[in-house]
Amino acid sequence: MTNLLSAATSGLLFSIGLTVSGMINPAKVKNFLDVAGHWDPSLAFVMAGAILVTLPGYALLKKSSKPWFAPTFSWPTRQDVDAPLLTGAVLFGIGWALSGLCPGPAIAVLPTANPTVAGFAVTMALGMLIAHRQSRLNETIPR
Amino acid sequence: MSTEFTPFASFLGGMFIGLAALILMAAHGRIAGISGIVSGWLTQYDDKTRVNTAFLVGILLGLPLFASVTEQTPVIDIDSSLTAMLIAGLMVGYGTVHGSGCTSGHGVCGISRVSARSLIATATFLLSGTVMIFISRHLVGGT
Repeated sequence: MTNLLSAATSGLLFSIGLTVSGMINPAKVKNFLDVAGHWDPSLAFVMAGAILVTLPGYALLKKSSKPWFAPTFSWPTRQDVDAPLLTGAVLFGIGWALSGLCPGPAIAVLPTANPTVAGFAVTMALGMLIAHRQSRLNETIPR
Repeated sequence: MSTEFTPFASFLGGMFIGLAALILMAAHGRIAGISGIVSGWLTQYDDKTRVNTAFLVGILLGLPLFASVTEQTPVIDIDSSLTAMLIAGLMVGYGTVHGSGCTSGHGVCGISRVSARSLIATATFLLSGTVMIFISRHLVGGT
């Protein structure tokens, strides 16, 4: 139970962070990307604040042997820059700019029952399922 | 529509996000990548499901808790049409799974691990988002 509480606390802090920082406001996100117009550089400060905590914290955690409630740390291992990484990032960036929402805020804003955000979350889930299905197919088809 | 530049609130919110990412790694050895957690929750039932569910419950509670404690209604301004939002959702969902991460997984956690792969992905979605906003706001017109 304690272990699930820590995961819920992490989610809660994450969501409060999104709210306090203004990342849940699509207009603010779009203005962050609008360097030639109503530029609002606030979101660069969100990233800076987060990395300032996470970077040294991760460096410390990398020295410890195991997490509190799991047998091992699941550090990502991939280092290659492949086509899916780049095409995926390009598509995500376009969708992010078009809507002003990325996955975290889309979920965090759901409780406000905003129908447009709910619609976004549904098609986002659909897009995730399509990409997941596609990668499963690619794994099973011998090449 | 212009938005207020909020460096302090955004930096503080970013630190909350960073702390959340640290807790999830320290407790469960997991990267706080929202697209990975949401798509994992949608597609497979395994040993990660309970932690993913608890984390997502925390995400959903953040905004209502913030709103009730501070007695403020967070600003959520959406100027895109519903059609644009639905298409954007599809692109965000597909792009983040195809490209193995979003603003949190690549932008915060990946950069904090000093991963070149995540740094390149982050630069790519920031660039494609900036170009998309430039086209939609300054070349084609619109808002």
